[in-house]
Amino acid sequence: MTWKQLFTSSVGKKFVMALTGVSLIAFLVVHAGINACIWANDGGAMFNKAAHFMGATVVIRILEVGLFIGIILHIVQGLILEAQNRSRRSIGYQVPLGNRGSKWYSRSMGLLGTLILLFLIMHIYHFWTPSRLGGIGNIHELGIIAYDGKAYHNLYGEMVIVFQSLTIVILYVLACISLAYHLMHGFNSAFRTLGLHNQRYVRIVHATGVAFSVIVPLAFAMMPVSVYLGWVK
Amino acid sequence: MLDSKIPAGPLENKWNDYKGHVKLVNPANKRKLEVIVIGTGLAGASAAASLGELGYRVKAFCFQDSPRRAHSIAAQGGINAAKNYQNDGDSVFRLFYDTIKGGDYRSREANTHRLAEVSANIIDQCVAQGVPFAREYSGLLNNRSFGGVQVKRTFYAAGQTGQQLLIGAYQALERQVALGNVTMYARHEMLDVVVIDGKARGVICRNLVTGELERHFGHAVLLCSGGYGNVFYLSTNAMGSNVTAAWKAHKKGAFFANPCFTQIHPTCIPVTGDHQSKLTLMSESLRNDGRIWVPKKQNDTRKANDIPEEERDYYLERRYPAYGNLVPRDVASRAAKERCDAGYGVGTTKQAVYLDFRYNLINKYGRAEASKHGIENPDEATLVRLGKEVVKEEYGNLFDMYEKITGENPYEVPMRIYPAVHYTMGGLWVDYELMTSITGLYALGEANFSDHGANRLGASALMQGLADGYFVIPYTIGNYLANEISVKPIPTTHEAFEVAENAVKDRISSLMQIKGKQSVESFHKRLGKIMWEKCGMSRNEKGLNEAIEEIRALKKEFWSNVRIPGEINEMNPELDKANRVADFIELGELICIDALERTESCGGHFREESQTEEGEALRHDDQFLYVAAWEYNGEHNWKLNKEELEFELAKPTQRNYK
Amino acid sequence: MDHYTMNLTLKVWKQKNQSERGHFETYQVKDISSEMSFLEMFDVLNEALVEENREPIAFDHDCREGICGMCSMYINGRPHGPWHGTTTCQLHMRAFKDGDTIVVEPWRANAFPVIKDLIVDRHAFDRIIQAGGYISVNTGNAVDGNAIPVKKENADSAFAAAACIGCGACVAACKNSSAMLFVSAKVAHLSLLPQGEPEKRNRVLNMIEQMDKEGFGSCTMTEACEAVCPKEISVDNIARLNGEYLSAAGAIDK
Repeated sequence: MTWKQLFTSSVGKKFVMALTGVSLIAFLVVHAGINACIWANDGGAMFNKAAHFMGATVVIRILEVGLFIGIILHIVQGLILEAQNRSRRSIGYQVPLGNRGSKWYSRSMGLLGTLILLFLIMHIYHFWTPSRLGGIGNIHELGIIAYDGKAYHNLYGEMVIVFQSLTIVILYVLACISLAYHLMHGFNSAFRTLGLHNQRYVRIVHATGVAFSVIVPLAFAMMPVSVYLGWVK
Repeated sequence: MLDSKIPAGPLENKWNDYKGHVKLVNPANKRKLEVIVIGTGLAGASAAASLGELGYRVKAFCFQDSPRRAHSIAAQGGINAAKNYQNDGDSVFRLFYDTIKGGDYRSREANTHRLAEVSANIIDQCVAQGVPFAREYSGLLNNRSFGGVQVKRTFYAAGQTGQQLLIGAYQALERQVALGNVTMYARHEMLDVVVIDGKARGVICRNLVTGELERHFGHAVLLCSGGYGNVFYLSTNAMGSNVTAAWKAHKKGAFFANPCFTQIHPTCIPVTGDHQSKLTLMSESLRNDGRIWVPKKQNDTRKANDIPEEERDYYLERRYPAYGNLVPRDVASRAAKERCDAGYGVGTTKQAVYLDFRYNLINKYGRAEASKHGIENPDEATLVRLGKEVVKEEYGNLFDMYEKITGENPYEVPMRIYPAVHYTMGGLWVDYELMTSITGLYALGEANFSDHGANRLGASALMQGLADGYFVIPYTIGNYLANEISVKPIPTTHEAFEVAENAVKDRISSLMQIKGKQSVESFHKRLGKIMWEKCGMSRNEKGLNEAIEEIRALKKEFWSNVRIPGEINEMNPELDKANRVADFIELGELICIDALERTESCGGHFREESQTEEGEALRHDDQFLYVAAWEYNGEHNWKLNKEELEFELAKPTQRNYK
Repeated sequence: MDHYTMNLTLKVWKQKNQSERGHFETYQVKDISSEMSFLEMFDVLNEALVEENREPIAFDHDCREGICGMCSMYINGRPHGPWHGTTTCQLHMRAFKDGDTIVVEPWRANAFPVIKDLIVDRHAFDRIIQAGGYISVNTGNAVDGNAIPVKKENADSAFAAAACIGCGACVAACKNSSAMLFVSAKVAHLSLLPQGEPEKRNRVLNMIEQMDKEGFGSCTMTEACEAVCPKEISVDNIARLNGEYLSAAGAIDK
């Protein structure tokens, strides 16, 4: 079996989805952790410093490349799989099995993932491009703010500006809900694809997955809401 | 006329000596020899796989959509083998002796002894194939006991032993398919044997998907097509199980032996109404732990659990104290019928007896578990709870199945059971090499007659099917094929193929042209009713004579009034069924003729005229110590050939299970 | 059990053969006993159709004991009908009530083409087994059955997986028409036993390759297969297969 055969087999493709999925889960932890700094209520100082660290460290920048490759693989492979799997049944059923056999969100990973992808485009446009590439289009350049005599990108300021719009806040919250359900299935499923079958650990992973899928997206959703409602200063 | 080709020498050396002297075919020549296998149950799949491994070019046929679906898969309880892993005194001799005695001294000693000899190899082979037999905590194989024996020699996989063994054989078969040694033809039904110069040289098959007839050549043909229990319409056989392949062979010259030896299994779920299409077996292994009883009072209408202990009649334990609930099947079935006929039956139809697990659930399993868990003086509820867990592991699938069919929970209320047609000991006559009276045509497994006499013991059918397929035919077929190595494959354009195919074609078109009023199913039901009532659990001269007349009339009506919808050249299940029922009708007549001729009672064949004072079966060894091998001589016309049975080691005595 | 009778409306898929298009046909059945099995109800209907000189409905069935795996009806949107852990042949009419409409469809998957009415072609399963679903032992090569002890829990798990009847309900239920439950049950059955160990790697790689070739989808772990499996085969087997597949692929030495 060649490497190509491995990664083009049905199990291999799922393996790619699971590996990239798990690394994205790891990314979410870091992302949520750094963003949680906004709740330090110090006018965004801690958050801006943390973001600066992430942007200025070579190792992290290299990891970021990996992250992008991972995201793209996850998206492309996911869409290919969705298309292929849909083509396996040309004539559908008159009466569908529906929720009697599985959860709706387990059957809707493609849809949920697509929603998250659409959100991601908006999200990158809001924050990542201004931070890494400088302002493009109608997004203004990030302001510069100085702490202890050192200049930092004012990403916090950017958040405050972006989250003034109720529409955008609602879109962000909806995206977090999609993410929650995507994770609700994906977290558990990724470990199963990687071969986890020992019941003792299956139960732990399952519980962790449910907790993770609720807590992390909730934390993310609270950020725009907090900014919009002025809960952070 | 009938040469059974039993090797000379003492019984226990016959098979070894035979193997030592049998002709061999060298590997290069095996490549040139083609073998046709009809049926892919335990016998067929194991034979096809083993012959493929040896290098023969095998073509295997089954009417189901996959070889894995053959009805061997439904066998529940287990498979016997003389391993003596339990150290309870088992041996090849005891297995041989139990089988002969269980068969009421109507089987062929040499074949049965060989069966007992190879039984141990079967277990080893199946374990090596990955059959997940039940095991002890030590990791070693577990055993249970079965009817008619006093040792624990039955290997099992919960209540799905047949399934596991068949899947093992099926996988071996598919491996040979992958290697190119076996070509598999599923959804094909054999409709005739082609005989050229007195030797079986091929078959005519119908492709059940397209309806086309096909010709296939083989240097030898193996019939592994199972039994004919469906002649009774209601039986534990699969809906598709049929006698057609064997019957076509019979009409081409293969003798049909002991057709009246049919086994009525004591523990089946009772009939509920006219709509019923088949009956479901509850494994005999349940009699290990279930006690059979009826109320002591006639026409007792109380619920089972409302009848106090002292008002229950454990009639098997009462009549047969030595074997109790584990008497052989024929004995248990007749005893149930006797109780029901006398008015002690239970349930709405009064045609049922109770099979009750409560006693052993509490006393055998509950107490053992309680003691294992260190519970002192457990109350009954605890014992029931603990016992249930063990029973679930042993028989869970059977209990579930019972509940699905009847809507009653057998953990709470006793099962209701009644005897039903299950297995047919009779079949094509074969010699020691499993060759029928047509040269080059073999019959294996339930399709032949040789090993079980007049009554088969539980867990012996799986043993025989696999013995024939894995360990007997690979040797014996060589003895024939060694002389055939110079025979080039005969083209299927040969005249004999032409004639055979035309005969099949004519028969199918005449069936289709009848365009009568009655469905095939209705004829089958009527045949079954005649057979069950007049040639069922007990038979008498008057009834059998009537049955023969009725079946002849039924045959006339069938051929003038059957209605088969659809076309010939398409998938047509009604036509498939018509082909089978037409043969069952002819077989039914022969069964009754055989039953009429055998005026003794033995095994599953109970003639009311021949019984002891206590109502037990009475054999007449002076008159009937033979195999009745019937030769077909035209419509309604059979000639009886007798193969005298000689007993060297197991001297016939009246069976006694008291 | 209280016995009752019912009248039903059936909407059944009719299709003449593999190449022609099919359609639904509606039938009325009367006086069906609650004690009948679902297939006996079909027998009654077919008898009536033959009587009326109409074409009966073709469906696969054989043992009618829930073990051969031949029956394959998709009843009211669920493979094998509403009862859990039950094959079509073991489904009984007390699952329905008077006046019900029952929609019966064949298994739907491109890998299981319809042959006629409710009958589909499941040869793909046989070919997957041919790709490696066996232990390569010739007759006569076996050591004593007790020579290699097998841990009871492994033997029990292997048995639970080997209980698969190959009916294809998992494929029918799966949104991707994946055969992973079927394949994984065989892989788990054989790899859990010491006898199956030597061929473990090639078996899983080859069986998956064949599964892909047959046109089954991949596994999304929705667990619909487990929910409808008449033998209650666990999706744990799929996870086990995944692990074995990855370690087998990773261990290839060329």
